[in-house]
Amino acid sequence: MSEPLIELHNLTFAYPGAPRQIFQDFNFQLLPGKHLGLIGPNGCGKTTLLHLIMGLLRPQAGSISILGQEVKKEKDFVAVRQKVGLLFQNADDQLFCPTVLEDVAFGPLNQGKAPAEAMQIARETMERLGLHGFEDRVTYKLSGGEKKLISLATVLAMQPQLLLLDEPTSGLDENTKHRLIHILENLDIAYMIVSHEQDFLNHTVTECCHVHATCCKTDGPSPPKTI
Amino acid sequence: MSAIEEPFSEGVSLAHRLDPRGKILVAGLFTVLMAMSKSYVATLTGLALAIICLALARLPLKKVIVRLLAVNSFIFFLWFVLPLTYPGDAVWHFGPLAATRQGLIFTGLITLKSNAIIIALIALVATVPIVTLGQAMHDLRLPDKLCHLLLFTYRYLYVFEQEYHRLVQAMKIRGFRPRTNLHTYRSYAYLAAMLLVRSYDRADRVFQAMLCRGFHGVFYSLRTFSWQRRDGIFVMIAMLALAELLYLEWRMPGFLVRI
Repeated sequence: MSEPLIELHNLTFAYPGAPRQIFQDFNFQLLPGKHLGLIGPNGCGKTTLLHLIMGLLRPQAGSISILGQEVKKEKDFVAVRQKVGLLFQNADDQLFCPTVLEDVAFGPLNQGKAPAEAMQIARETMERLGLHGFEDRVTYKLSGGEKKLISLATVLAMQPQLLLLDEPTSGLDENTKHRLIHILENLDIAYMIVSHEQDFLNHTVTECCHVHATCCKTDGPSPPKTI
Repeated sequence: MSAIEEPFSEGVSLAHRLDPRGKILVAGLFTVLMAMSKSYVATLTGLALAIICLALARLPLKKVIVRLLAVNSFIFFLWFVLPLTYPGDAVWHFGPLAATRQGLIFTGLITLKSNAIIIALIALVATVPIVTLGQAMHDLRLPDKLCHLLLFTYRYLYVFEQEYHRLVQAMKIRGFRPRTNLHTYRSYAYLAAMLLVRSYDRADRVFQAMLCRGFHGVFYSLRTFSWQRRDGIFVMIAMLALAELLYLEWRMPGFLVRI
C-alpha cells in the first residue's frame, strides 16, 4: 500500500482574471495513513489546493490522481467525492437541510443508500462523535461549535477514505477544539488539515508542510505529539 | 432572532393529518377553478367550501384574520380604482368620475375569489410544513427545479436575513443614521449590492459543499408519505365539490347576480 492517495503532477492554476498564478508546476503527494498539516500565509493556495483535489476548481495544466486513478472530467470527480470528504471552512455553507438528521443522512442518500439505512448510518455517526440527541435540532439554530461538529458528522457519514479539513478550528472554543482533536485521534483514515493554529496541528498531525507555488515543503522533523 | 415562522403548519386537526399530496392537488385545482370563475354563485359556494376546510383545520382564528387582512389590504385599493374605470352604467357620480354597476360587481367578485383562494390555501397548504411541501410536490411529479427552488428559498431566506442584519449592524456601529441625503441612498445601494454579491457567493459555496457530498440533482427524502383511506375519501369529496362548482359556473352563471 505505497501508492499515494493523492498525486498532483506539474499542476498550474490561476483564478480566472487574476494576474498571479497560485500554482505553477506544482507537485504534491499524500501517502496512505498520513496525517498532514498544510500551513502558509493567507492567500498562498491552501484552500485552493483542497478545492482542486475535490474538482471544485479545474487546473489549467497538469494532472491529478486520487486513490490511484487519474481524474480529469466532472464524472471522475463525482466518483472521487464519494470517497474523499471535505469539511468546509464555514459550517453554514455545509449545512442546508432543516434538521440535523436529514443533513447527516444527505450524503449516504446520495450514495444510493435506502432511507432507513441512511438514517441508521447518520445516527451511528452522530453517536460516534458524541452528538447523540441532536437529530431533530434545526441546523441554523445551532451554535458555532455545534455546527462545526455536525458538519464533520455529515462528511464522516459518507465513510470517506480520506478527509480534508479546511481551517476546522476557526471560531471554536477550547472545549470544542479538544473534542475535535479527540475525534481526529480516533479516525483510522488519512487526513489533511489546513490550519493556522500550530498548537492544534501539534495534536492532530504527524507532519506539517508549507504550501508554495511550486511544491509543499516539509517543515523539518515532525512536531512532537503531546496531549 | 427567529427563523421564518410557519404558524399554521403545526397542529393535529384532520386538515393537518391528511396526506399533503392530496391537499396540494385539491388546493391547486380549486385555485384554478376559482381564478377562472365568472359567476357569483360558484364563487360564493367556493368561499363556503374554503371556510369549511378552514374550520376543519382548527387554526388560531386571530392569526388567520391577520393574514386575511394583509391580503385584503391589497384588494382595498382595487375598490378605489376598478369601479371608477370599468366601462358600464354609472351608478354614483363623484365630480368628473363615475362608479359603474359592472365595475362594482366585478370588484366584488374579485374580492370574493381572492378570499376563497387564500382561505383554501391557508387551510390546505399552509398546514403543511414547507419542507414537507417540497417533498410532496416532488412526489406529485412537479418539476424538480420548482421543488428545489422552494426548499432553498425557504432555507436561505433566513441566512440572508441574518447576513442583512450583520451588515446593518456593521453600518450602525460606525454611526450610520439614515437621513434624506445622498450618503444614505448610496449606503443603502451598497448594502443591497453587497447582500446580492454575498448571497451569490454563498449559494456557490453551498452548491460546492453539496457536490462534495455526492449531490447529483436529486433530493432523496427520509420522509415517506402514506396514503390512507381518509385521504382517498377527502380527495373524492373534494372532487365532487369541485365538479359542483364547475356545474354552477357553467349552467347557472347568472344566478344571484347578472353582470
